[in-house]
Amino acid sequence: MDSTTWIPVGMGLAAVGMMGSGLGIGYIFGKMIEAVARQPEAEPVLAKYAWIGFALVETIALYALVIAFIIMGQG
Amino acid sequence: MGEPRFEPLSHFEVRPILELTLFGMDISISNSVLWIWLSVFSALLFLLFASRRGLFIPDRMQVLVEMLYLLIRDMVEKNIGKEGMAYFPLLFTLFVFVLFCNLMGLVPGGFAPTSQIIVTGSLAVTVFIFTIILRVVRHKWGFFRAFAPEGLPPVLLLLMIPVEIISFIARPISLAVRLFANMTAGHTVLAVIAFFGLVSPWFVAWAPLGFSIIFTAMEIFIAIIQAYIFTILSCVYIDDALAYE
Repeated sequence: MDSTTWIPVGMGLAAVGMMGSGLGIGYIFGKMIEAVARQPEAEPVLAKYAWIGFALVETIALYALVIAFIIMGQG
Repeated sequence: MGEPRFEPLSHFEVRPILELTLFGMDISISNSVLWIWLSVFSALLFLLFASRRGLFIPDRMQVLVEMLYLLIRDMVEKNIGKEGMAYFPLLFTLFVFVLFCNLMGLVPGGFAPTSQIIVTGSLAVTVFIFTIILRVVRHKWGFFRAFAPEGLPPVLLLLMIPVEIISFIARPISLAVRLFANMTAGHTVLAVIAFFGLVSPWFVAWAPLGFSIIFTAMEIFIAIIQAYIFTILSCVYIDDALAYE
């Protein structure tokens, strides 16, 4: 059993890291909905920050994907 | 038609179209170069022809260009302030270039140049070196004061400085990898869904097709947002380099 049999395992483990970004995106938009429910006039200002935050959090999930690709290329 | 092969990353290959060498350096024209030229050319065409007539009450195409201009100008003024307009050409060019390069990947048969780490890395390193030069020119030797936050007991300083330096180096890396990973991941998902659509029987094939339509819409949205994020982060780093004493 050589090391290349562990490559799919490594990729699967790297994909588990996306769990955190799922939580993060849910948190951002949950808070956004709450804030708009309290003060609907604030929506345009908050929406801009919500999308910026979303892009930054989603990037962490994509870092995990890049690591999975790096592991895939090792074989 | 033969059985489609599952090669989700095959359309990111950079293949030379026209081999050229100059003094031993390989400057052959690859498909990446070709698509960069195409996106720059189409950006130029769009910006020139949409604002050609220069009406005082703008027509529809001119409104688009004005919206682009105002977006970047408001961002610069809010983040850097009055003297921010000196950096406006750089940020506007960054935004338009990244936006059109991202969108080129969504055209059928297209290739997004920003899905290559070398393209995004070059842009990020350019912005990084620009901020370093700005800071050095602005503050001379005070450049190193950026790594030592104010009001810190000297014993903590020894711990904080490596941390600050690492986070300073992480900026261009994260800028480059963010854009590259977003573009690559999006197109890879589209390729995988398309593969499912090709090999599934006819009564199931509507599901991958529908999902790929929705996901392409999401990809357009992400392309625009990533261009905006790249630009606004570059703006914040420039503002950081100009920090006022």
